[in-house]
Amino acid sequence: MKLEFTLNGRAASWDGAPVTRLAAALRDDLGVTGTKTGCDAGDCGACTVLLDGRQVCSCLVAMGQIEGRSVETVEGLETGPDAMAALQQSFLDHGAAQCGICTPGMLMAAQELVRRNSKPSRAEVEDALGGVLCRCTGYGKIVDAVMDVVSPAPASAPVAGGAVGSRIVRVDGPAKVTGRDVFGADGIPTDVLWIRVVRSPHARAHFELGDLEPLRRRLTAVLTAADVPFNGYGIYPDIKDQPVLADGHVRYRGEAVVALVGERAAVLAIRDDEVPIAWRPEPPIFGVDAAMAEDAPLVQADRPGNLLLKGGVKRGDVAVAFEACAAVAEGTFETAFVEHAYIEPEAGWARRVGDRIEIHATTQTPYMDRDEIANLMRLKPEAVRIVPTACGGGFGGKLDLSVQPLIAIAAWTLGRPVALVYTRPESMAASTKRHPARVKARFGCDTEGKLQSCDVTALFDTGAYASWGPTVANRVPVHAMGPYAIPNVRTWGEAYFSNGPPAGAFRGFGVPQAAIAHEAMMDELADRLGIDRLEFRHRNALRAGDTTATGQTLAHSAGLAECLDALRPHWRKAHEEIAAFNETGGPHRRGIGIGCMWYGIGNTSMSNPSRMRVGLSPAGTLTLYSGALDIGQGSNTIMVQIAADAVGLPAEQFTLVTGDTDLTADAGKTSASRQTFVSGKAAEKAGQDLRQQILRLANAGPQAILSLEGATLSVRDGADVRTIDLATAGPLMGEGTFDPPTTPLDADGQGVPYATYAFAAQLAEVEVDIELGTVKVLRIVAAHDVGRAINPTLVEGQIQGGVAQGLGLALMEEYLPGRTENLHDYLIPTVGDVPEIECLLIEDREPLGPSGAKGIGEPALVPTAPAILGAVHHATGVRAHRVPLLPHRLREAMVAQQRSKA
Amino acid sequence: MGDYLRPRGLEEALQALTRPFTVLAGGTDFYPARVGRAVTEDVLDIAGIAALRGISETEVGWRLGATTTWSELVEAPLPPLFDGLKQAAREVGGRQIQNSGTIAGNVCNASPAADGVPPLLALEAEVELAHRDGTRRLPLASFITGVRRTARQPAELVVALHVPRPRAEARSAFLKLGARRYLVISIAMASVVLEVAEGKVAAARVAVGACSPVAQRLPLLERALIGASFDATLGERAEPSHLAPLSPIDDIRGSAAYRGDAALAVLRRLLSKVAA
Repeated sequence: MKLEFTLNGRAASWDGAPVTRLAAALRDDLGVTGTKTGCDAGDCGACTVLLDGRQVCSCLVAMGQIEGRSVETVEGLETGPDAMAALQQSFLDHGAAQCGICTPGMLMAAQELVRRNSKPSRAEVEDALGGVLCRCTGYGKIVDAVMDVVSPAPASAPVAGGAVGSRIVRVDGPAKVTGRDVFGADGIPTDVLWIRVVRSPHARAHFELGDLEPLRRRLTAVLTAADVPFNGYGIYPDIKDQPVLADGHVRYRGEAVVALVGERAAVLAIRDDEVPIAWRPEPPIFGVDAAMAEDAPLVQADRPGNLLLKGGVKRGDVAVAFEACAAVAEGTFETAFVEHAYIEPEAGWARRVGDRIEIHATTQTPYMDRDEIANLMRLKPEAVRIVPTACGGGFGGKLDLSVQPLIAIAAWTLGRPVALVYTRPESMAASTKRHPARVKARFGCDTEGKLQSCDVTALFDTGAYASWGPTVANRVPVHAMGPYAIPNVRTWGEAYFSNGPPAGAFRGFGVPQAAIAHEAMMDELADRLGIDRLEFRHRNALRAGDTTATGQTLAHSAGLAECLDALRPHWRKAHEEIAAFNETGGPHRRGIGIGCMWYGIGNTSMSNPSRMRVGLSPAGTLTLYSGALDIGQGSNTIMVQIAADAVGLPAEQFTLVTGDTDLTADAGKTSASRQTFVSGKAAEKAGQDLRQQILRLANAGPQAILSLEGATLSVRDGADVRTIDLATAGPLMGEGTFDPPTTPLDADGQGVPYATYAFAAQLAEVEVDIELGTVKVLRIVAAHDVGRAINPTLVEGQIQGGVAQGLGLALMEEYLPGRTENLHDYLIPTVGDVPEIECLLIEDREPLGPSGAKGIGEPALVPTAPAILGAVHHATGVRAHRVPLLPHRLREAMVAQQRSKA
Repeated sequence: MGDYLRPRGLEEALQALTRPFTVLAGGTDFYPARVGRAVTEDVLDIAGIAALRGISETEVGWRLGATTTWSELVEAPLPPLFDGLKQAAREVGGRQIQNSGTIAGNVCNASPAADGVPPLLALEAEVELAHRDGTRRLPLASFITGVRRTARQPAELVVALHVPRPRAEARSAFLKLGARRYLVISIAMASVVLEVAEGKVAAARVAVGACSPVAQRLPLLERALIGASFDATLGERAEPSHLAPLSPIDDIRGSAAYRGDAALAVLRRLLSKVAA
């Protein structure tokens, strides 16, 4: 069906099947890829466009309905070449775009509103944006950007030497607010073959493949386990337990079994039940109890007892210390599988270039991808090139391979480019999750409220494959006592295989689960002794000079007490307001809670170096070559800021090359909150190295001031000005490497697991509807010791986004295989759920870090759920022992509490 | 790939329905059911039929055209009788869904958690079905026969919903309980229409959704409200025994016991709200 319509004010024509979704037609046929597809089901709003001026999900509109109508996309917002609309500029200035995948949808939803109402209220903005999900920002900066659209306050461009600490706009921001950034599904060539993966509908089954020849005749290829040269991958060098395609045996629902390769329509047209797979389902093992049962079948044949790993930390004598304690609290706390729910589903394409394979995909870790693909394909690492696309959110979920192995194998064997884009249900079913945990905690203190003893055992369900399970099981014992000085500690972690989805890395590596337990204990001990909950924590806070449970003395930068000091005025005022509110009666009760955390930056007791380069070309182009992937958190900008000040030239003169394994050195993975601290330090060293070379060339002193104009570099040293002609002196290249100093942990967990730790305390005010069990978070105040905020706007963005995910963990998120594999049954917070989040930045400098900086990505999330759950307890007297605290669970706990009182 | 028809007139659509078609209007239920797979069925797109769109007042009440969107309903000048339906309209998905999704689509999709159904039940809406050979009308309660099942025959098309004019001045309201704000499937919801004469409730219609396979009216509660003073104490009239027509289930959103409890709390608030 051929039809005519108006696209961004211009006549457009299109020809195709009229049931084609508008989103697909825009992206695939009209080449307008600013409109993003996140779910194809109207659940996420990423594909929002204006149709005759009204916001609609373009994934729900049939092209047959477009004839003669007006469609506006993000590409139509710009008022001229390089002239952003006020709304776009406002998003940029406010830091409202992080990964940028929801940004076009947010902009279009906001555009419908601001066109009619340029000074909208907060409530009007929330109503307008309520249908667009964002997983990065916590929405606050987006709402502010829309409300301030008529009077944006442009961010200033700092001068040379002034980049660190300034709120410069994201270096990749313009690409994100204009829709030009290229995500995994955006840059796919038109001549590719497509893959559709047939996945297991069973959590545990054996299967046999029937005759695939009839399918092969209809398609280009049908890949099975036999087509994978080495059919096992995994995060750890010695645990390659996850097959690319299952070989006769599936261990979780959603596991890949067969890959159909062919023209897009052809692979889509084949239904799963047309693929001859004879299933023999077996009773699945769900949860750690079933996995630990004596007669439990083994999920992995070589893992007796279904045990992946166990270990812990021991210091002092816990049993003796408990006997002397004035108060002892204990409790068990359970958490669920939690889905990352990045708005960009996994996507990418690969092509064979001679004897090399080149993969363009969304990822958090280009070099790990390179090495893993090489291993799977039995190629040398140098034969694999990873070209990361923009990453539409990761949060740990894009550290594991997803589309890469299949597109690489297919492209390699077929000699044609091959693409794979996961559907939303596929993304949710196939990808890793946060580990469900059962944390049993016991804490004791003396009459003064000083903690004396702590005993924590955390059991983790690591699902079908190891993934990052060992990392979680290692990290949690180091953190499970909380950010407190406790002389006697026993912490223990065990991870078990099950037929759940593989549990992997998710913002915090198990620490958020453990924090729910230790913070509940702090509340209970404080209450027992009649000590204010904040003051109790303050009394026990780890401080510089203290020795941790692993025997590490914290020399510097342990700012928890300062975080608590910063929260104290808010805490006291809120207590008064809440008491007054609760006096008024009614079905709503308010409460306030506090959560504290510490978080080791970088890998646990393992080398994790980053290498960075800063180059100055003969033409005068100043380039940062950064392998540190920006997945929305802002490392592209942070690295430029750090490098700029280290060189002594303005950040705006930098060009950035990022991620491509052919062009950048290994800067490790974007995980463990390590990029600012580790890669940032490497960028600083690289910048300093370049500066030293320049100073040597100019024979200038360390205080010299540089300026770069074209190919001329001027070096002013006092009254002396020397110029360097780069055309003859160049190219120059500075290099820097940093690997944070750590030591291995011994059998008792003693050693230096991390070079530095972030600290934080957050408070949450909530309102509980005691008849319905619903919890509305009214306000979060978050105090974070980040060492140094390289870019306060980006730090706030991390905090606000982390808080939103922590809110989801506490109140609504629970992944149930087969039941919540979409974004309407699996709930993440909307703009209406995330309250105002006030950020208080504490800068207790870390001497090892770049300009004193540590990390913020994961720390942002950890304290939020404990604070919310503490507030619910304050409001209702109910302590949640299971999250998410869904309305029915809270209501039932309140009813049970009333009964036990009666 | 199947056929795709986009008639401009109702006659043409009804002629087409002499063979099976999947009916498409706002697309907000059609496409989510087809994620990641090819659309192969024959599709009858009725969104282009002008006669099916819009709201008009008749001698006996109001006619809501089948493909009227939720946003069009919200923006239509309608008496307070429709406040509950309008409040429900603002709870259907996000603004994008409200701009696309249609009233008849919500009814024909027959989800137990359809936000539009309780207020339409409380409005005593009738469903007008057209067939090549004529039309018929069914009360909404008879039209929805089960979970995702309706009385529509394959050759029929829902062309409108009809809301009768109440005898006395009417007020209405809607309340929804969900686990988050925006874009959320209801755990429970309720809607009420009260006719008020001389400060007293002259007639009451109350319906609860997401607590039974099909949203249910609560006749015992309706009777208990008649004669009551129209003020904020109305909520006190709702009793657990009034919920007998409901049969809540356990699911990922809530337990059966909780749903029953919550429905009562929602009802009491709804009644206090409508009279406030």
